Amino acid sequence: MFHSMLMKVTLFIPCFVDLMFPKVGISMVQILEKLGHTVECPEQLACCGQPAFNSGYWQEARTVGVKVLEELQNAEVVVIASGSCGAMLKVFYTELFAGTPHTEAATKLATKCFEFSDFLVTKLGVTDLGARFPAKVTFHDGCHGLRELGNKKQARILLSKVQGLELIEMKEAEVCCGFGGTFATKFPMISTAMGEVKCASAEETGAEYIVSSDSSCLMHVQGLLDRKSYKLKTIHLAEVLAQS
Amino acid sequence: MTSFVEQFKRRAVQLTRDLRHRHLIQTALRKYEAVRDKTRGSFQDWQSARQAAAETKWEAVNHLDKYLVEFVGKLEARGTKVHWASTGGQARDIIFGIIRQKNARSIIKSKAMTSEEIHLNDALEEAGFEVVESDLGEFIVQLRKEAPYHIVFPAMHLSRGDISAVFARELGSAPTDNPEELTMIARRVLRNKYITADIGLTGANFAIAETGMISITENEGNARLTAALPKVVISLLGIEKILPRLEDLALFLPMLATSGTGQPLTCYNSLYGGPRQPGESDGPEEYHVVLLDNRRTELLADPEQRDALHCIRCGACLNVCPIFRNVGGHTYGTTYSGPIGSVITPHLRGLQDWKHLSYASSLCGACTETCPVKINLHHHLLQNRRNAARQKPSAIEHFAFKLFAFVINRPGCYAFVRGVARFAQKFHPLLKGKRLDPAYGWTRTRELPPIAEETFKEHWRKRKDARD
Repeated sequence: MFHSMLMKVTLFIPCFVDLMFPKVGISMVQILEKLGHTVECPEQLACCGQPAFNSGYWQEARTVGVKVLEELQNAEVVVIASGSCGAMLKVFYTELFAGTPHTEAATKLATKCFEFSDFLVTKLGVTDLGARFPAKVTFHDGCHGLRELGNKKQARILLSKVQGLELIEMKEAEVCCGFGGTFATKFPMISTAMGEVKCASAEETGAEYIVSSDSSCLMHVQGLLDRKSYKLKTIHLAEVLAQS
Repeated sequence: MTSFVEQFKRRAVQLTRDLRHRHLIQTALRKYEAVRDKTRGSFQDWQSARQAAAETKWEAVNHLDKYLVEFVGKLEARGTKVHWASTGGQARDIIFGIIRQKNARSIIKSKAMTSEEIHLNDALEEAGFEVVESDLGEFIVQLRKEAPYHIVFPAMHLSRGDISAVFARELGSAPTDNPEELTMIARRVLRNKYITADIGLTGANFAIAETGMISITENEGNARLTAALPKVVISLLGIEKILPRLEDLALFLPMLATSGTGQPLTCYNSLYGGPRQPGESDGPEEYHVVLLDNRRTELLADPEQRDALHCIRCGACLNVCPIFRNVGGHTYGTTYSGPIGSVITPHLRGLQDWKHLSYASSLCGACTETCPVKINLHHHLLQNRRNAARQKPSAIEHFAFKLFAFVINRPGCYAFVRGVARFAQKFHPLLKGKRLDPAYGWTRTRELPPIAEETFKEHWRKRKDARD
């Protein structure tokens, strides 16, 4: 019944997805178009401003954010290709723009932003995309998607419908992987130690893939896996769902 | 002199490499989590309990002027001497004054993080007094001449072997790894100290305004002995410990126990309301309460972060913090470690000196999620970062983020930078993981994915062009 509600979806592709993980964005476009929606990607936008915001440089974050607010003001619905950037647009913008002339625009934007998996399950009511991915996987909850946006079930519901896929939950799936944006390079020793714990939990499951809704977490985890020559691979949820 | 940030980083490097330490802490905290979850399950609705607790603390903290006066009035009516200390130095002077007036030599103490905050033990020992910690964990770290490792579990970083070794060295006991025997060794020493101590010094978990009482929560009975046997007893507490009503304990005692140790209630919960009253057979002859501000009122004046004064020092945020679980408590170099320490230390001891703790977080939010009084801990870390950068921006970072904003907002610039990066990455293998590598912070331990041959934006443009 939800399928008839065809929409014009504005897809927000964060900087690191654009530059390093284009397949994640391409998979999302593929999935959304297959469902019959029209997809638009504003070419003017490259980043949500979170690196500046998280580092304490809110003025510079606002400079980036204002442009995001302007570009997205007429969007029907905004789908964000990352839980973390989704949290920035949906949650942190209202804090960032509190007491500025953009308060209202930020509040308005928040109501029409969805992280990708949340958009599919909650907004569209779609759970089975007809995907096939014969592998054992484990799912890592990105912190911003989980705690700022409250997305826990969405990805798991989507994965449960993927043919051939076996989801094995890891111990402490909700514990941070240690990426944390600039934290990863400011305190690399702590970030790395946290990542090692995450890799060990994932490996313990015997899974072949770590799936997540956030390429930033996966970039960090994959970086560690590659350095340590693990066999385990990381893959974004959208890439799994686009497989047939 | 090395700065606090360098000390922090140096210790963090050491501790994250210490796999034995990491394993010890993580194993202990995983057990805590399992027990805590079970106990939380016995609440009818944990989330409503958190909400109620947060509202009660909000009421207390936002009406501190009224409740403190009520609390003090009730205490004084029963003959308690109440002292107000604006600073740690004043609190120490007050305590020294009482000790000297009584010609006291020896002090027995139960657990009080406020006394750590004002470095009371060091000052007392320096002045030639004998001071003995009666909480087992505190007793052990005192023998090791260490600060408590954790607000609630001061000696959680030590194995039985470590404890046996320090007992053997300092108390001359025979080595053993039997926990009961270890406890008995401490007990024999401590029982004697309670009887001979001139003064008992306690902290407080809650201060009940309605009845003028101090509530102390513990598992060993040591605080009871500390408060009951010596003739003079002093309680040192922060002004934020206030709860409006006695009945609030019905919520707060189980909440503190559940969050702190995973117990439904701790073994001993006592209320102290003053010195021995006429007709009573026990209790101290003299009872003093020292109320400590030590810049708490500055936090109170900050409407954005005032809720950090809700903290009941349960340690739950430390227990779930993946940073704490990998670097441990001593690395912070503060009285209060973990997320709550990172939030309040900049307020208590100076933002510029302690801002690094707010940056040493992945902002995962596990702390905020677990906090029983709903302090928005990780958002406060963000606010501390903002305040620090606003007050004293780093020239390099400020320039970098200005440049970042400039590039991001200009698609042409963005494409140019992408091109430069793509060219430069061809030479990256020459430097990768070496100190000269501009991405050394990342590549020392991790591989960095390359910029894609065709980025999403390039793909999208091509697709659009093809369609037009």
